[in-house]
Amino acid sequence: MEGVEDASNPMMEEMYVNGIGGVDEAPSSSTSTTTRKNRPIISGEQLDIEAYAGLYTGRTKIMRLIFIADHCDNPGMQLEALRMAYDEIKKGENTQLFREVVQKMDGRSGPNYSMDATWCSMVDRKAEQRKEKLENELNAYRTNLIKESIRMGYNDFGDFYYSHGALGDAFKSFIRTRDYCTTSKHIIQMCLSAILVSIEMGQFTHVTSYVSKAEQTPEALDPPTVAKLRCAAGLAHLEAKKYKLAARKFLEVGPELGNLYSEVIAPQDVATYGGLCALASFDRTELKNKVIDNINFRNFLELVPEVRELINDFYSSHYASCLEYLGNLKSNLMLDIHLHDHVETLYDQIRNKALIQYTHPFVSVDMRMMADAFKTSVAGLEKELEALITDNQIQARIDSHNKILYARHADQRNATFQRVLQTGNEFDRDVRAMLLRANLLKHDYNLRASRKL
Amino acid sequence: MSSVEGLVTQIQGRSSTASDVLLLQNLLKQADDSLHSESTRLLPFLDQLDPSMHSLGYLYFLEACTAGPVTKEQASSFVLIIARFISSCVAEQIRLAPDKFMSVCKRFKDQVLLLEEPLRGVAPMLTAIRKLQSSTEHLTTLHPEFLLLCLLAKCYKTGLSILEEDIFDVDQPRDLFLYCYYGGMICIGQKHFLKALELLHNVVTAPMSTINAIAVEAYKKYILVSLIHPGQFSTSLPKYASSVGQRNLKNLCLPYIELANSYGNGKIADLETYVQANKEKFETDNNLGLVKQVVSSMYKRNIQRLTQTYLTLSLQDIANTVQLNSPKEAEMHVLQMIQDGEIYATINQKDGMVRFLEDPEQYKSCEMIERIDSSIQRLMTLSKKLTIMDELMSCEPLYLAKAGRERQRLDFDDFDTVPQRFNI
Repeated sequence: MEGVEDASNPMMEEMYVNGIGGVDEAPSSSTSTTTRKNRPIISGEQLDIEAYAGLYTGRTKIMRLIFIADHCDNPGMQLEALRMAYDEIKKGENTQLFREVVQKMDGRSGPNYSMDATWCSMVDRKAEQRKEKLENELNAYRTNLIKESIRMGYNDFGDFYYSHGALGDAFKSFIRTRDYCTTSKHIIQMCLSAILVSIEMGQFTHVTSYVSKAEQTPEALDPPTVAKLRCAAGLAHLEAKKYKLAARKFLEVGPELGNLYSEVIAPQDVATYGGLCALASFDRTELKNKVIDNINFRNFLELVPEVRELINDFYSSHYASCLEYLGNLKSNLMLDIHLHDHVETLYDQIRNKALIQYTHPFVSVDMRMMADAFKTSVAGLEKELEALITDNQIQARIDSHNKILYARHADQRNATFQRVLQTGNEFDRDVRAMLLRANLLKHDYNLRASRKL
Repeated sequence: MSSVEGLVTQIQGRSSTASDVLLLQNLLKQADDSLHSESTRLLPFLDQLDPSMHSLGYLYFLEACTAGPVTKEQASSFVLIIARFISSCVAEQIRLAPDKFMSVCKRFKDQVLLLEEPLRGVAPMLTAIRKLQSSTEHLTTLHPEFLLLCLLAKCYKTGLSILEEDIFDVDQPRDLFLYCYYGGMICIGQKHFLKALELLHNVVTAPMSTINAIAVEAYKKYILVSLIHPGQFSTSLPKYASSVGQRNLKNLCLPYIELANSYGNGKIADLETYVQANKEKFETDNNLGLVKQVVSSMYKRNIQRLTQTYLTLSLQDIANTVQLNSPKEAEMHVLQMIQDGEIYATINQKDGMVRFLEDPEQYKSCEMIERIDSSIQRLMTLSKKLTIMDELMSCEPLYLAKAGRERQRLDFDDFDTVPQRFNI
């Protein structure tokens, strides 16, 4: 797919800001997905970096590769990722990132991947020229007060800064176009650009606000845009640890997304993020209605069979195999730029959910069997259950002697009596304290009043 | 000379009827200064008066007598005289001159302390309170003095009898602060932590315009007691507490706040190292004993938490989770807690297992019904009192004037019934 790109026009290369660039990308990517369908991207085996990187375009591809290089322990993988990042950067014009990558490689990949100073200076020089040209153009537009041209000018500036890695400036430029937007299409374009840059910057609050701004435009949005916005909102919620909201957003992503948003997210990611968030935060019925019976989302799940399988396993209570899938996926998920921070929390939540669901229908559970089902030791299980009971997530008590978990049905009558007496005592205490305070206040007030007189 | 003797005759003559006593009081008030100037030679005249009949006159003479500084020898004779007077005087007469009575009683307390025999003061002081107060809801200045004597004499039980009465009428805020503070200490001594917490809470949340030492000390104890009994402490005071208290108390009790944080983490080792490191601070505050109780209460808290999660658990496991050294120690703790009724459990020594049981109370017994009934009765009287208080408040001219003045600032409809300006 890389061959399609034309190296003679590096300026225009990485500017798939609004999915415009995606048009000429589409045929090559779609072919690559078809070949990849049978080949799971995320699996128990070591991450296939080439296949993984193929899912993305633009800056995120580079960033993801660098992220992998930073976070995996396998030196071979690190180098591979860095090499691919190197190649990818060479096609763009972000010299700063280039220097970083070269520094990271530290000459480990032979002379082909060394510091290319001539390329850097060439790109930098070109960039200077281009910037000057853009400035001149923009000034000209501004003196002529042609709104549309000014907007385009700022947009070009944004694209320019973005491709050079000056994300803050890019963001500012894109935001400036806002004053010159005349149609809702322009506004959406502006929002999408802002969202893209904010995601790259990691400023997810901006993402949320621009998503809602885009959704408020009066004109109906076209399905791919809707899907993109859902993805962005989902990512923002994920970063904010609002897993339930994130899950809902990812589940709403339409099949139109395809590979159109590859500069941010791949459809595989939608399936993984959405699936895991849903597992961690949804209850059983919601899981059934919104995930398993969701035809739209099923298409996404097909791309990542492991996630599909583990959701089904979870729903049909095959916890061992579900947890096994999760365990296999873990090392690769840890290499995901967006998910890595949340993997532990999500896994804990899913595991707790599984434990709760397992115990729910029983009056008594043999902990040995349960430990088997969860592939853990009885002592470990006891600790986990203890934590859940203390949290009041499972109403049960552990018979540590016989290793049996007994469900505990609180005696409503006794509890009510207890609560009534307690409330009475509290009321008694509070009222007396209040009367006393009122008396003191009155005393104080009288004293002040008499002093005044 | 003759004036004093004349006064004695007046007292002897005019102590029988209520109207005479009123006249006598005026006379005594006028003569008060001269009595004070001749205080040194008044003692013999006391023998001519009968404390049970001429209570008012006796009180004035006694007050004048004791006004000056006293030596230890004098004190022991005065203590006897005052104690006799307190036990035999007539309540109606002394209530005419409460200030005099209070100052006599305070001197009595000082003298008892001078003699270092606080126990001798406890019973007379209790009688004095009973005679002075108009109702049991009335907090006199003597209350804190009495509680202090109880504390020093270590007869906490006598102190509790006063503390059980609900107090609503307060003469001096300082009295209340001290009353609640000493009362809190007495309850701590008797391990009535709930009551202690309530009293200390009253001090901490009492309205105050400036921070005072009593409140600070009370807050320290409040933190410790709330750790011992409910086992948790929230650093934020309720919003009805005075703003002064909310702003300053925490900063003045930082070691205690730290202790509470350390307690909240549930790690016994951390808590112990912290206590060890700050031992001197707690010692200078005379709170070290209470701090030690906090530490031992943590074991209990942790064991109690286990009862929520386990039906049976081996003593070894208990020792491990609660961080006790040996199963034997764990057994002692569990045993103690079962005896104190803090947990319901049985120990199986053969297997070294503890079986935790549910609370056996079924809320079916007659005693329980009676208890609930008495609770309801108490709450009903309390809420009646609240209504009366509310009605009184809404007729109070001062309140109405203030509410009327603030009317413009508030929503118009809220205060429709309040006149624009209320002048009396």
